[in-house]
Amino acid sequence: MPLTELVAFAIGALRGHRLRTFLSVAGVAVGIAAVVALTALGEGARQYVVQEFSSLGTNLLIVIPGKVETTGMMPFGGTTNDLTLDDYRAVATRIPLVVEAAPLATGTEVIRAEGRSRSVAVFGTTAELARVRRLVVGSGRFLPSGDSDRGGSEVVLGLKVAQELFGAVSPLGKVVRIGEWRFRVVGVLAPRGRSLGFDFDDIVFIPVRTSMRMFNRSSLFRILVEVGSEGNLTPAKKAVIELLAERHRTEDVTVITQDAVVSTFNSVFNVLTLALVAIASVSLTVAGVGIMNVMLVAVAERRREIGLLKALGATTRQVLAVFIAEASVLSSLGGALGLAVGWLSIRAFVQVYPTFPAAPPTWAVVASLVVSLGVGVVFGAVPARRAAKLDPVQALVGR
Amino acid sequence: MEPSTIDCRLSTLGPLGFPGIDLIPGVVAMIELKNLWRTYQVGDSEVHALHGVDLDIARGDYLAVIGPSGSGKSTLLNILGCLDRPTAGSYAFDGRDVGQLSDLERTQLRQNQIGFVFQFFHLLARLTAQGNVELPMLFAGVSRAERRTRAAEALASVGLSDRAHHRPDQLSGGQRQRVAIARAVVMGPGLVLADEPTGNLDRASAFEVMDLLDAMNRRGQTVVLVTHDPEVAGRARNTVRMDDGEIVERS
Ligand SMILES: Nc1ncnc2c1ncn2[C@@H]1O[C@H](COP(=O)(O)OP(=O)(O)OP(=O)(O)O)[C@@H](O)[C@H]1O
Ligand SMILES: [Mg+2]
Repeated sequence: MPLTELVAFAIGALRGHRLRTFLSVAGVAVGIAAVVALTALGEGARQYVVQEFSSLGTNLLIVIPGKVETTGMMPFGGTTNDLTLDDYRAVATRIPLVVEAAPLATGTEVIRAEGRSRSVAVFGTTAELARVRRLVVGSGRFLPSGDSDRGGSEVVLGLKVAQELFGAVSPLGKVVRIGEWRFRVVGVLAPRGRSLGFDFDDIVFIPVRTSMRMFNRSSLFRILVEVGSEGNLTPAKKAVIELLAERHRTEDVTVITQDAVVSTFNSVFNVLTLALVAIASVSLTVAGVGIMNVMLVAVAERRREIGLLKALGATTRQVLAVFIAEASVLSSLGGALGLAVGWLSIRAFVQVYPTFPAAPPTWAVVASLVVSLGVGVVFGAVPARRAAKLDPVQALVGR
Repeated sequence: MEPSTIDCRLSTLGPLGFPGIDLIPGVVAMIELKNLWRTYQVGDSEVHALHGVDLDIARGDYLAVIGPSGSGKSTLLNILGCLDRPTAGSYAFDGRDVGQLSDLERTQLRQNQIGFVFQFFHLLARLTAQGNVELPMLFAGVSRAERRTRAAEALASVGLSDRAHHRPDQLSGGQRQRVAIARAVVMGPGLVLADEPTGNLDRASAFEVMDLLDAMNRRGQTVVLVTHDPEVAGRARNTVRMDDGEIVERS
């Protein structure tokens, strides 16, 4: 019996039992769609966390004014020296291991433009921040490079701020007021969204000197230091602490490295990956059991047909081939449908949460297809084989 | 391949529309049953559906099997059709011991040598009359084009050319049984077995079915039928009466 005839006969049988075929295909499809959608969410969550932490910059030192006690708590009160722009320049230029460094000073002010106003977080910094924090400028450019002590009246807007103040109009070259100060918009950031609880779309960047004057601060909030590689973190940290201790004549800064953070989150990633595998295996098992039931019922219902086919001269192998062909067609249809449904639901999800990187891992897609096909064929073929091995009369009377 | 199989393929088509068979009736014993037993285990007790049946059926014979309900008629016919196996005793078909045949060889016997007509038709509901008649040829590996023509001829021979594309639920009981007969003979089997083929039919349909069986026998096919109806049994050349798993009378 040639394969085409076999498949034609199988398809005929499937068309002849529309409800059962529909239920079987739906069973397979639901299983696969569940695996695809669930693992996509799980993988998305994992990716999201990974992305968040790598967006911090990986080989990063963060210099904080004030000494953190070994307990990990910030001291209340106590006098510490300011972290000044001179300190920043010293760190940036005098330590060879430092690839790039950027100062940060912060405050909150009201921003006005085009007759609209809102309160906004203002970050004073320099051009280097764009590289250290991997900021992407959507239009225009970031703050101009040059002397950090220069002041200047350029501002770079977060996307949300730009949209709320200017709507669809390009804000480039327009004048905004922050507090009593006038600024000219030189750039708008590309959408970044929330990152670790901080909305990058809802801030503005101005030159660091200007912000320190605006907020009447003598100390920086942070110095961010990028070193070339992970191996440089520890020596660079030591060098920064020594340099600043020398400048302040006391060790009064705290330097934290990302690797403390990263090692914590490595274990988080592992848990997430495990959870993903667990989700996938549970949904695969559910899918497999569903397919198994459908196939078992389908074959049980058709013992009589198996008996008849044998009585008419079909060999055991031919009967088996018919059922395997049917199971394969069913599983493939279900698999295709399941992938489609899974993919559509992911698309719908991403539509609602665009920043969430939901995509099913390839291994989950492959495993779900293999399992559904395998389970479908095995549980279609095994009972069919048992029925086909009976004497036809036993299968015909159906017991 | 056995000679009789080749005969089927090479012979010209007779007026019935399906391949003719070996046309020397009544000479060779086609079927020899010796001390045939069929025992069912029901719980702790044994039911002897057949006990010690001896029966020879000549090639070309037309035999009716009658007897009360539960006397073992269907059991006997199922064993003849290789749908069931005896618990003990021997069954020779064309001189070959069926008990010694492999599963595949018995399948081939069913495929090429035996046509079975069931009381309850056993047509596949999803297939048309044509599709049902094509089934045995599908498994025998007959090409699609040849299946078409042979099925059409077989349907014509049972007077159902105009119903070829109807499904069983669009046919009357008598028409369904005629489709089943066309299916049983489409491979040109030497032996046609019919278990109460008229049991579910009205008088007129029953006569149509019997006319077809008569015609098959006239073409040389060996026909064995089980019936409760004395009038149907009267059409056959020979009759055996069964009671309680034994043959009690031959005529
Ligand atoms: N699968 C089975 N298991 C147990 N007993 C069976 C089985 N099949 C048949 N029998 C028994 O074997 C005996 C013969 O059954 P069989 O079907 O051959 O009778 P029959 O002559 O065809 O009857 P009817 O005229 O009612 O069709 C009966 O007593 C029946 O109960
Ligand atoms: Mg019976």
